Amino acid sequence: MRYAETGFNLEIDLTLGTVERVETELDLAGSYLGGQGSAAKLLWERVPPETDPFSPDNLLIFSTGLLHGTPLPACNRTVVNTFSPQTNLMSHSLFGGFFGPELKYAGYDKIVIRGKATDLVYLYINNDKVEIRDATHLRGKGCTETGDLLKKELKDQRIQVAAIGLAGENRVYMASIDHNHASAARGVGVIMGDKRLKAIAVRGTKAVNVARPAELFEMSQRIHQKMAGSSGCGDWMAVDEDDSFHHNHFAWGNARTRRPGYWNKELQDRWTNLKYDNMDRQTGCYNCPKKCRNVIKMPGQQRFGYKCFGKDTYHMAAFLELDFSYEILGIAQEYGVDSYSTPQVMAFALELLDAGILQDKDFPEMPEDVRGRFFYLLEKIVRREGIGDILADSVSQAARRIGNGAEAYDHNTTKKFEQLPIKLGKLNPAYFLMIATGEKMSITQIEGSFPQDPLPTEEQRQEFVNKWEAVPDEKFKDYFLNWKKRSDISDEATCDIVDWNEAMHYIDDSLGFCGFVSSFRGQFGGDVPYHMNNIPEAIALATGVAMDKPKLWKNFQRIRTLIRAVNVRRGLRRKDERPPEDHWAVRDEQYEQELLSKYYAFKGWNSEGIPTRQTLESLDLAYVADDLEQRGILDPADGGPR
Amino acid sequence: MNPGIGMKTVQEILVNVDKCTGCRACEMACSAFHSNPQFSSINPAKARIHVVSNELTDEYVPIFAGNHTRSGCDGRHVYTIDGKTYSECSFCRASCPTRENFIEPDSGLALKCDMCESTPPLKQPWCVEVCGEHALVYSEREVEREEPARAAPGQLEVGLQALMKQHGMEAVIARLKDIGKEK
Repeated sequence: MRYAETGFNLEIDLTLGTVERVETELDLAGSYLGGQGSAAKLLWERVPPETDPFSPDNLLIFSTGLLHGTPLPACNRTVVNTFSPQTNLMSHSLFGGFFGPELKYAGYDKIVIRGKATDLVYLYINNDKVEIRDATHLRGKGCTETGDLLKKELKDQRIQVAAIGLAGENRVYMASIDHNHASAARGVGVIMGDKRLKAIAVRGTKAVNVARPAELFEMSQRIHQKMAGSSGCGDWMAVDEDDSFHHNHFAWGNARTRRPGYWNKELQDRWTNLKYDNMDRQTGCYNCPKKCRNVIKMPGQQRFGYKCFGKDTYHMAAFLELDFSYEILGIAQEYGVDSYSTPQVMAFALELLDAGILQDKDFPEMPEDVRGRFFYLLEKIVRREGIGDILADSVSQAARRIGNGAEAYDHNTTKKFEQLPIKLGKLNPAYFLMIATGEKMSITQIEGSFPQDPLPTEEQRQEFVNKWEAVPDEKFKDYFLNWKKRSDISDEATCDIVDWNEAMHYIDDSLGFCGFVSSFRGQFGGDVPYHMNNIPEAIALATGVAMDKPKLWKNFQRIRTLIRAVNVRRGLRRKDERPPEDHWAVRDEQYEQELLSKYYAFKGWNSEGIPTRQTLESLDLAYVADDLEQRGILDPADGGPR
Repeated sequence: MNPGIGMKTVQEILVNVDKCTGCRACEMACSAFHSNPQFSSINPAKARIHVVSNELTDEYVPIFAGNHTRSGCDGRHVYTIDGKTYSECSFCRASCPTRENFIEPDSGLALKCDMCESTPPLKQPWCVEVCGEHALVYSEREVEREEPARAAPGQLEVGLQALMKQHGMEAVIARLKDIGKEK
């Protein structure tokens, strides 16, 4: 019997219309964990690097985390991986809710989708019964609307549905895959749409078994209780009405204008009233005691849910207020577009119009007011109509298609992907490395374990480290104790900190944990319920596979290095690893490149950011080294002994 | 707890639908507790509590399994509460042929909440224990024990009484005698 995982993947070929249930190798649990880790292995093995993301040979993989379906709380984030037409690199995305655990209860660890259907279909998974069904009647339907229609059609309210909206159907690069007011962005909705897959409906009534039941349940309950009563995890932004942090410090418009001092008490009171006058409740994801999602119902409009910075992106891009975000979010979420990148694309278009690079004739019948303009652009983008067809390719690619100087307005992307609209003064070394080298594309998916800022007094720092259980090594306590000014920290410490931050995301995304109880959240207070010192035990109790901290760390390094290799094979090189040029006002090119070289060396990568043979072999990835050498990407002479 | 003569303890789970976040930790814990060996497998379909939920209509109603009924119903009643509509099934605790709730998926047998009966007894059922928002609250109260109801009349007795009411006792007896002779 397999514990924690089911041991089976579903292989779907939409071209042939075939469904296979494939048993997986047992040792995957130890080597690549589950989720994103084992998905990366499949992408490495089965999608040759020259494969166009729009090719039927591109895979779209929905993965459960290794620990989904076990009693461990807040373990529910479904991982979606494919290759993105926006970046031409591996897409990594996640959504919360109930889908992943339900898939496990149906008896599968992953759904691996290849090929393309001739017209819209949906996948219906009901335990052993798996069908590819016609979905042409769902064409143009919204994301949650599709879920609702499928539940009625299949006569089962307990089905979990992940669906694309009109944006995904029309292959908009910013399209998301939505489920239960949660969404997966960053390049996965477009591929689901390209494969003509409108939705996946899952129902599972089988058991997930665990290896050491009583101990795991006891551990789960201990963590559950810690979470429920703790302010050290979950999304505090769901309840903290003081949102001066984003509004005063992040850039508005096309990541352009900072408005320090914008926030004030009158505004806060007004927005708080708007929220609570229209909020139904706060909801949580599967088996999690936190309630991070605010569910809003504006009069006469559809319900929607948001968390975190998602409530600010539209009105900050448009220089409007919260009521505008509330107005557009419900509609945009039904169309299925990413609320982080899409507003930037719209603000970018309006900047080009102001600059005269785009003309009034490019926006026929566009309203005069900015509110009306954003709605206009949303409709154009999700339908790929007129200028919307170009904008739907995202800022970076749209800038190149438009030309005529538009490229200069593409100032907030890295690896062709829209970054958070943050424009600061002096370079922060750790953030330089994270934004430059991260392959999860958004800083929120990379940062998170080590605090963003030092504490002002020695007493405060001492107090912080005294109760800091999450550190994987005591050296991080020393780094923090001796850290007084943000940019004043050794390169050695910076490399270690970035590595730890990355590690927790790679582990979470392979096991299924939510970043708000682990990888993203430790930076705010340090008191996260899941960390390097207890996750190995959780894995061992659930799977029965022996696990300890060094082994788990090596798993992280193996998965992270494999993903680097996947992207290197598709062309990722040092030149691509640059944060937006205006991310910091004061830059030092020489220092940045020195730091980048040190970090590459720290990671065991060569000067181009390519893992060396020695590194690959130390992580049991000799097959990757062989491949990179055969392709002439790694020089055998440079990569250590054969 | 030792109720006095004529008293009994009623165990209840009080449900506050306004507080439910829809996380279904209750389902997880219920299925774990009732698995064999205990906590060895998780399967919300085997839970004796279900959260009836619909994010479009903001419906989050935890119901725990009540009695089994062999007949289904049309479930057509619609309740409107605070402007939101709920179907009859949303509040119904029965395991019935009309829906899958509270039917053990492997055996097809009905499931019923047993308040996590255990030796020694638990402080409260597991669903309540894991409900971080206290949408579920456990309560015990003492009530007077009711007199045991008289055994219900059997089908034959009901039938005979109806015939006697319609035709008179003597006519029924006479006819029964005739039938006896004919046989």
